Amino acid sequence: MSSSVPSRVRIQDKAPAIPVGVTETTVEIQPVVAPELVFDSREVSIFYGAKQALAGVNLGIRHGQITALIGPSGCGKTTFLRSLNRMNDSVSGFRIEGQILYHGHDVYGSSVDRVEVRRRIGMVFQKPNPFPKSIYDNVAWAPRNLGLRRGLDERVENALRGAALWDEVKDRLKDSALGLSGGQQQRLCIARAIAIEPDVLLLDEPASALDPIATGAIEDLMHSLKGRFTIVIVTHNMQQAARVADRTAFFSLETAGPKPVGTLIEVDETTRIFGEPRDPRTRDYVSGRFG
Amino acid sequence: MSASASAARAPGRGAQVSDLRKRADAFGDRGMFGICLLAALLAGGTIFLVGFQIVHGAVPAIDKFGFSFVYDTTWQPNFGRFGAGVLLFGTAVTSAFALLLGGPIAIAIGLFLTLLAPKSIGAVIGPLVELLAAIPSVILGFWGLVVLAPYLQEHVEPFLADKLGFVPIFGDPQTTGLSVFTASLILTIMVIPIIASISRDLFRSVPPELQDGAAVLGSTRWEVVRGIVLPTTSSGVIAACILGLGRALGEAIAVSQVIGAGSEIKANLFAPGSTLAAQIALQFPGALTELHKAALFYCGVILLAIGLAANLLAGWIGRRFSYGGAVNW
Amino acid sequence: MSDPLLPDPTAPLTPSGNLRRRQAVSRITEGAATAAAVVALAALVLVLWTVVSRGAGVISFDFIFKGYPEGVGPMLLGTIVIALLATAIAMPIGVLVALYVTEYSGAKGARTLKLILDLLNGLPSIILGLFAFVFIVEAQEKQTGFAGSVALAIIELPLIARGSQEVLQLVPINLREASDALGVARWRTVLSVILPSALGGIVTSTILAVARAAGETAPLILATSAFDPKKFSVNPFEALPNIPTWIYKVSEEGNPNGYAEAWGMSLVLVFIILVTSLGARALLARSKRKLSS
Repeated sequence: MSSSVPSRVRIQDKAPAIPVGVTETTVEIQPVVAPELVFDSREVSIFYGAKQALAGVNLGIRHGQITALIGPSGCGKTTFLRSLNRMNDSVSGFRIEGQILYHGHDVYGSSVDRVEVRRRIGMVFQKPNPFPKSIYDNVAWAPRNLGLRRGLDERVENALRGAALWDEVKDRLKDSALGLSGGQQQRLCIARAIAIEPDVLLLDEPASALDPIATGAIEDLMHSLKGRFTIVIVTHNMQQAARVADRTAFFSLETAGPKPVGTLIEVDETTRIFGEPRDPRTRDYVSGRFG
Repeated sequence: MSASASAARAPGRGAQVSDLRKRADAFGDRGMFGICLLAALLAGGTIFLVGFQIVHGAVPAIDKFGFSFVYDTTWQPNFGRFGAGVLLFGTAVTSAFALLLGGPIAIAIGLFLTLLAPKSIGAVIGPLVELLAAIPSVILGFWGLVVLAPYLQEHVEPFLADKLGFVPIFGDPQTTGLSVFTASLILTIMVIPIIASISRDLFRSVPPELQDGAAVLGSTRWEVVRGIVLPTTSSGVIAACILGLGRALGEAIAVSQVIGAGSEIKANLFAPGSTLAAQIALQFPGALTELHKAALFYCGVILLAIGLAANLLAGWIGRRFSYGGAVNW
Repeated sequence: MSDPLLPDPTAPLTPSGNLRRRQAVSRITEGAATAAAVVALAALVLVLWTVVSRGAGVISFDFIFKGYPEGVGPMLLGTIVIALLATAIAMPIGVLVALYVTEYSGAKGARTLKLILDLLNGLPSIILGLFAFVFIVEAQEKQTGFAGSVALAIIELPLIARGSQEVLQLVPINLREASDALGVARWRTVLSVILPSALGGIVTSTILAVARAAGETAPLILATSAFDPKKFSVNPFEALPNIPTWIYKVSEEGNPNGYAEAWGMSLVLVFIILVTSLGARALLARSKRKLSS
C-alpha cells in the first residue's frame, strides 16, 4: 500500500473535486497510504511478579489517528496504555517482554530517559487530578519547567482553547483549579497535557468519572485534537469508541495457561470492528453478549 | 429495654435483680464519666499549676528588676544583680543555628525516606533516625563534652577561624572547645529527628495521583518535589520546624554540658555562652540566695512563655493552612 | 510558529532541549538528600559507638549489682523505682483522659484536650524540674524520689494519653453499638470490651513513655540529685539514686577518672531505652494493624 511517499501523509478522505466544464481531465489518483507507525508493539507481554497481565500483544498505533482500546475490565488495556509512556515502571514487580517501538526506538531501551519519554507522550488519567494551584499555573507549570517561557500567556490560552475550556475560565485564571467542576477539571488536565505540545496523548478512560454532558464535551474535544496529536484512548464505553476512534483494538481475557491473561483479540478500522468483526469473540463483545 | 424484657421473663425476683442492676449501671456510668472528667480536669489543671508555680517563684525577681531583666546583660549572683540579656542572646543564637542547619537536613531526610529510598532501605533508616531522638540528652551532652568538643577545637574551629576569620562569628577558638558552636551542633542533632519524622509523614500523605500528574508532564523528580510535594506540605513542614525550635529552646542539660558557661555576649561562635535553660540547670542546685533562685525562676518564666508560644504557633499553623492532613499526633 | 525547544518526535529518546541540565539538577538534589540521611546516621553511629566502646569494658556483674564505688546498682535500682512510680501516677490518668476524649467529650472538648496535651508535651523539662522543686521539694524540705516521679509523670502523661487515644479510637464503632443494643451499660462496655481490645496499644504507649522519661535528667537534677550512692533504696520519700543525674554530675565535675563508669552507666541506660523503644514501636504498629483490619 505504501510507496516512496514522505511520512506523515494524511489519509485523503475525499477525492479531489473535478472542475466543472473541463472535458478532458487527467485524474490524479492520490495513492492511499497508511500513516506512519508511531507505536509498534511486538509480542509485548507484561508481568507483575509471577502474574502475567498481558500476552503477546502486536499492535500498531498510527500517526494522527485516534486508536481506542476496548474490552472487559481487567483485560490489560490500561496496563498496556501505561506501558507506552513507562508509567508502570514504579509498580512493584513490573516486567515487560517483547518490544515497544516509538518511531522505531525501543521505549525500554537502555539509553532511554524516562522523563523524555513522558515529555513526548502525554497522559490524562481517569480521575481528574488538577494541582492545588491556580488554573493558569496548572497549565503553565510544565512549560515553565521545559524552558518554554516566551509567550507563556499565549501558550496557556491556546492550550485552554484547545481543551474547550478558555471561555469558561478566561476571567478567573488566577482562581484555584480545585474550584472547577469535574468536567472542567478534566478539560484542564487535557489543557495541561497539550500545553507542552507532546507528540502523543494517552487517555485512560478520560470521561468515565464524569457526567454525560461533560462526557460529550470531552468527546467533541477529541475530534478537534485528532489532527494535532496521535491519540490512544482506553474506554469501557463502546459507543464512545464507535463515535470517536479511527481504529479500535479489542482486548479480552483468555485462558492461555493456568490463569486468564489479557490478550489482544482483534484490531481494525472502527467501522469493521463494530460492523463485521472477524473474530467471534469480538462479535460477542460488541453485540453486548458479555463484558 | 432489657429491664422490661427481663422483668417479663421472671416477674418478682427478676424485677428486683434488674432494679439493682439498673441502679448499679447508672451509678457506674456516672462514676466512670466522673473519673474521666476528673482526669481531664487534672491534665488541664496541671498546666496552670506549673505556670503558676513558676511565675510565683519568680515574683521577687520580677519585683526587683521588672522588664529590664530581659535585656540587661549583667549576671552577678554575688552582687545580687541579674539580667537575662546574655542568656536570651545565647538561646536565640543556638536555637536559630540548630533550626537553620538542622531544618533543611531534616526535610531532606524526609524526602529521602519517602521519595528516594527503596522501601526496604527506608524501613531501616526511618527507625534509625527516630532512634536518634531516643538518646537521652545527658548522654548526648556527655558525648559532646568528651568527643565532639575536643574534635571541633582541634580540627574544625582553627580551620574555620583561619579561612573565614574575617567574619566576626568565626573568632578565636577556646582551649576546651566548649562553646556556643558546640552547643549549637548538639542541638542540631537533637532537632533533626523531630522535624524529619513529621516531614516524612507529611510527604507520604501527598496523593500519588498528584505526583503522577506531574510526572506525565515530563518533569524530573526534583521538579515534582519542588512543584507539588513541598508546596502542598509547606505549612505542615513549617509547623514541624517550629516544634523542633521549641525543643531546642527548652534543652537544658546537653547545652549546659557543652556551652562553657560564658557570661558575656560575644559575636564569636567559638566563645562560651549560656542559654536560659542551661543557666537554670547549672546554677539552681547551687543557688544560695532567694534572689538568685528567683532570678532563675524569672528565666523559667521567659522560657515557658517562649516554649508555649512556639507550641501554640506550630499547632495554629498546622491547623490553619493544612491541605488534607494537619500535623496529626 | 512552533518553539525551537520542541523535540523532534522521531529523534532517539535521549534528553532533548534543557532536559540534560534539569536531570543534572535533579540528581544533585537526590545526592543532597542521601547525604543528609548519611549525616544523621553518622551522628547516630558515632554517639552509639562511643557509648558502646567506652562503656562495655566497665560492665560486669559487680558493676550492675554492687553499690558504689564497685558498682552502680543503687543508681540502677533508683532509676527503676522512680520510673515505675511515675508510670503508676501517669498511666491511670493518661488512660482516663484518653477515655474521656473518645467516650464522652464532644468535638470541642476533644480539641481542647488535644491542645492541653500538646502544651504539656511541649513544657521544657527543666521547667518541670523547677516545678517539682518548688511544689514538692520545698514543701517537704528535702529532695525525694517522689518529687522526681511527679515531674516524670507530667512528661509521660501526654504520651500515654495520646497513644491510648489513638488505639481506643480504632476500636470499631459496631462493638459499642452492639453493646448498647444489648442494653449493656456504658461503663461495663468500656471495662469488658473497649479497654481489653485496646490494651496492647495502651501498654506499648506506656512503655514508649517510660523509655522517654527514663532518660530525662533536668527534672531530677532539682528533685533527687543529692543522694548516697552506696545505699540501695526503694524509698521514694528520700533522694533516690538515679543514673541520669549521676552521669550529669560526672560530666560536670570534669574529672576524667570518673568518665569510665559514666560511660558504663550510659551504655546500660541506652541499652534499656533503645531496646524498649524499638520493641514497643514494633508492637504498637502490630496492634494498630490488628485493630484497623
